[in-house]
Amino acid sequence: MGEMMSKVKVSTTINGDPVEYLCDAEETLLDVLRDHLGLTGAKEGCGTGDCGACSVVVDGRVVCSCLVLGAEAEGRKVTTVEGLATGDRLHPLQQKFLEFAALQCGVCTPGFLVAAKALLDRNPDPTETEIRFGLAGNLCRCTGYDKIVRAVQAAAAEMRKG
Amino acid sequence: MRPFLYERATSECAAVQLAASGAPAQFLAGGTTLIDLMKLDVLRPARLIDINGLAAGAAGLIEEREGALRLGALVDMAQAAEHPVVRRKFPVLADALRQAASQQVRNMASLGGNLLQRTRCPYYRDRSWPACNRRKPGSGCGALHGQNRGHAVLGVSDACIATYPGDLAVALVALDAVLEIIGADGARTMGAAELHRLPADTPHVETNLAPGQLIAAIRVPAGPWTRRSLYLKVRDRESYQFALASAAVALDLSDGMVRHARVGLGGVATIPWRATAAEDQLVGRRLDGELARATAEAAFAAARPARHNAFKLGLGKRTLERALLQAAQMEL
Repeated sequence: MGEMMSKVKVSTTINGDPVEYLCDAEETLLDVLRDHLGLTGAKEGCGTGDCGACSVVVDGRVVCSCLVLGAEAEGRKVTTVEGLATGDRLHPLQQKFLEFAALQCGVCTPGFLVAAKALLDRNPDPTETEIRFGLAGNLCRCTGYDKIVRAVQAAAAEMRKG
Repeated sequence: MRPFLYERATSECAAVQLAASGAPAQFLAGGTTLIDLMKLDVLRPARLIDINGLAAGAAGLIEEREGALRLGALVDMAQAAEHPVVRRKFPVLADALRQAASQQVRNMASLGGNLLQRTRCPYYRDRSWPACNRRKPGSGCGALHGQNRGHAVLGVSDACIATYPGDLAVALVALDAVLEIIGADGARTMGAAELHRLPADTPHVETNLAPGQLIAAIRVPAGPWTRRSLYLKVRDRESYQFALASAAVALDLSDGMVRHARVGLGGVATIPWRATAAEDQLVGRRLDGELARATAEAAFAAARPARHNAFKLGLGKRTLERALLQAAQMEL
């Protein structure tokens, strides 16, 4: 089938930089990020949109990159966990995840960070319930969620101070 | 995923023209069902037509026209759930959307695609099970005598007892919503209740959409019952889970008497279920605990449980009963 199925050419923006790539139609955005572009922060957990480990932000909204085709990124703006820090300065969420030890194995962490950033961008002062519901699409099988919720609350407080 | 041909359409017209010629095609919107089931090798389209570009036009808009709500099919679930008109005037729709899926999935999934989401029956989703009439016609039903805790008790057949998993469609059938459908041969409308087919002996034919037809929009008429409406969803955990039982209820009350009633049931049936038997019980009567109980009994009178899901009769009845009484208490 290879000859019939030509590559798709995509022009997009990733973490603020213009990027062009060729991908197969059946490659997901997650495949492209990890295998073509070396952005291995987003992880493949379930591969079926259930666990959120592959979360990235597309045009301001958090999505599961395992269910988005690489071809669908044409003309969009993608932010991955690699785009959160500013130079050597960690994003407040990253800093608080460290301080609160809100991770163990770390596989879910990039997804949580990206989803939490999208949550705080829309709602800078979420209640604990709003955080728990807002992050329900991100599964952690190590720590439980308490430290994650505390870290998000602390980061939100810091970000509100500016 | 198996290889396929990828094409983009930038207008409704172009989308249906593309679909009308060439290899069999599926439309790709949010992908939360389609890409998922392609990865599981359950769906194997030769061609995908990406229609996300249509969101730039009318298919991406929520509009109020002469009191009716028009939801473009490319509006995503999160946008619709947060829309002020939907929340204020059609709360059952906002409730159903907000309680569905996760933030990620609600951001991705289109309303049109959400209506067409496939069953979560594990015998359907997992190809290692040999029997599934829905996936492979004539192969049998693994669930009928297998693990069927999550399966349907209403609208079942000997060929299939798979539950329709969605929430929005349950509210839409209750509210007499109408779908705007376009195809290469023109536009037509279809009642939301006509979209899904009972499994009967052809469960693999899931909808009355013809190949290449596209849902362009959903129209929801306003009535004196739409403001007093809600969606109650009961599940194994509080969020990010499919319904074990749910009820969409819309009531027009006058001094406690029911003038009009609209009732849909989810999580318990093979299709989004309009409970007309329940509505007939309600109209013209005073809504109290006794009537709510009798209504719930009527709604499940035709239920046919399997080995592990008989609990859905009691749960479904209590869910509807509570939804009715909660709706009656709503402050408008």
